[in-house]
Amino acid sequence: MSYLYSKKTLVILGFVILLIMPFVLAPFNLNLLGRFLAYAILALGIGVLWGYAGILSLGHGIFFGFGAYAMAMYLTLQSGGIPDFMGWNGITELPWFWAIFSNPIVAIVLAIAVPMLFAGILGFFTFRNRITGVYFTILTQALVIVVTTLIISQQQYTGGTNGITGFDTIFGYSLNSVATQQMIYWTTVVFLGLVFLICYKLVNSRFGKVLIAIRDGENRTRFLGYNTSIYQVIVYSFSAGVAGLAGMLFVLQVGIITPSMMGIVPSIEMVLWVAIGGRGTLIGPVIGALLTNGASTWFSQTYPDAWLFFIGLVFVLVVVFMPKGIMGIISTIQARRRAKKYGKGRKEEAKLYNSSSI
Amino acid sequence: MSSVAMQIFNGISLGSVLLLVAMGLAITFGLMRVINMAHGDLIMIGAYVTYLMQVIFVQYIPEQFFDWYFILAIPAAFIIVAGIGMLLEFTVIRHLYGRPLDSLLATFGAGLILQQLIRTIFGAPNVGVQSPSFLQGSLEIFGLYLPFSRLFMIGLVIVCLGGLFIYLYRTRQGRRVRAVMQNREMATCVGISSRKVDSLTFAMGAGFAGVAGCTLTLIGPIGPTIGLNYIVDAFMVVVVGGVGALTGTVIGALGIGVFNTFFEYWTNASMGKVLIFALIIAFLQWRPSGLFSMKTRSLD
Repeated sequence: MSYLYSKKTLVILGFVILLIMPFVLAPFNLNLLGRFLAYAILALGIGVLWGYAGILSLGHGIFFGFGAYAMAMYLTLQSGGIPDFMGWNGITELPWFWAIFSNPIVAIVLAIAVPMLFAGILGFFTFRNRITGVYFTILTQALVIVVTTLIISQQQYTGGTNGITGFDTIFGYSLNSVATQQMIYWTTVVFLGLVFLICYKLVNSRFGKVLIAIRDGENRTRFLGYNTSIYQVIVYSFSAGVAGLAGMLFVLQVGIITPSMMGIVPSIEMVLWVAIGGRGTLIGPVIGALLTNGASTWFSQTYPDAWLFFIGLVFVLVVVFMPKGIMGIISTIQARRRAKKYGKGRKEEAKLYNSSSI
Repeated sequence: MSSVAMQIFNGISLGSVLLLVAMGLAITFGLMRVINMAHGDLIMIGAYVTYLMQVIFVQYIPEQFFDWYFILAIPAAFIIVAGIGMLLEFTVIRHLYGRPLDSLLATFGAGLILQQLIRTIFGAPNVGVQSPSFLQGSLEIFGLYLPFSRLFMIGLVIVCLGGLFIYLYRTRQGRRVRAVMQNREMATCVGISSRKVDSLTFAMGAGFAGVAGCTLTLIGPIGPTIGLNYIVDAFMVVVVGGVGALTGTVIGALGIGVFNTFFEYWTNASMGKVLIFALIIAFLQWRPSGLFSMKTRSLD
């Protein structure tokens, strides 16, 4: 029986349920779920970075946005000619940094590689000087402002505040057909599974243990002889790559990307998903992303004014009073149950058991 | 030549606003290691207090006294916002000592609530505040036209800075603040109530945010999200200036203000932001913990 309740079984069951969803849900709802799953991939990246390495980035909207823009550029070029907004701004020839995105493979590779490279460079120049903690967080936030203002001001190349939209086809298939959307949904689920697996392997490897050590005591880890900045740079870059991937999958299902989808507020909300789900776990961010976005969609349609009050309150309450999020509550309940079953002496042991990483 | 001088003046006036915003941030961060993201929303509330004061004056006070609204709005903004700050400290922040990253997120949530509150009361569109007549027009020196409103802002910042300096370095209460800043445990051992110090200092930092909001009404229309424009820049001031010394904050604010204005003058608004960010990263290669940092032998 206990095997049935194990987290591994539940995770696998969850993926099977997600895989059969296209046969259950109406296309509109499936599309919504697909978006949330793309967000869940992003949340996994943030979850590893924040929950395991203790680095809080408020700039993941930028990496997400870059992936989304790369895919959007490819999709726009598919319909041929130069994009409308370039024409309006008097640009008649496609600039080179747009032209390279007409190749789908280049677009997909760049959507992941550029965020990784960018994060790697920024990480190198900050972690190398032991700029960590809140200082790093503030810098990532400044990065968001810089990049979004840049995108908005370079309207002739980026579409400005309106962003990029109006896609018809992908690889020659119509984006509006139900079958294509189902394929995109399945792709998203598969990538979610893959990213989950990679993150699982990562945090349970030796590398992951060092990350946890850095989170809990950076200087002590350094005294043990580890070059902590290298670890931090790598995990930051990895997380940025995951965000780029999520952005690509997101734009395929939403059909638009604008600077306001990657600004300061969305970037913080991404962190909130992880906080609600539970940091220091991998299931937590996924659950957090799905739950928060689901609630947000329903709530902001029904009570648009109350939503901001509500999300603000959740922010405060979760961070102050339940820093381990939903997963923390679950493991507390499990620990209590075990303690009841086996007596008080087992309580600590139960806690230890629950702290295993998944 | 005169255009360069004008840019320097604009830079100093931008820097002085940043300084007013960053002063409160630097104190609370230095003292409590708490990052207050709601600071931007406290600025916004300060601006709305000014707006409210104007509305009250227009409706209830004879017209010839109208200009006085702004003079009254400054202390009113300080007191009201300080009160809100104290409430924020009591409800949220005191649970978050020693968890700087968490404090950042929780105060962001608190900020969202404040924003929505203002939106519910005053509506989402921006509102305009009319500058008092004595701040309209400009002063001519050597062919430069310096707007009175900007001069007033700079003057106000100097007054606030002076007040803060006297408070921190010349009063008993200020000495307690510095003691807690340097070593919290030792300070409590010699009988300082660190709770009281935290609460009062946080309220004071919030009050300065309120005054900053007041001055922002001189620059342009105000809206519920006006704080966001300044908060990140103000954080950069704290990062560059370092914590623990007012001098660092002053130099950081003026430096960022002047460089920002010049970069924007030479290129454009967005490239200016890119350049200033690059400059800050480069600066941090040289001084990772800011211009002035508290010397300490402790390590976690």
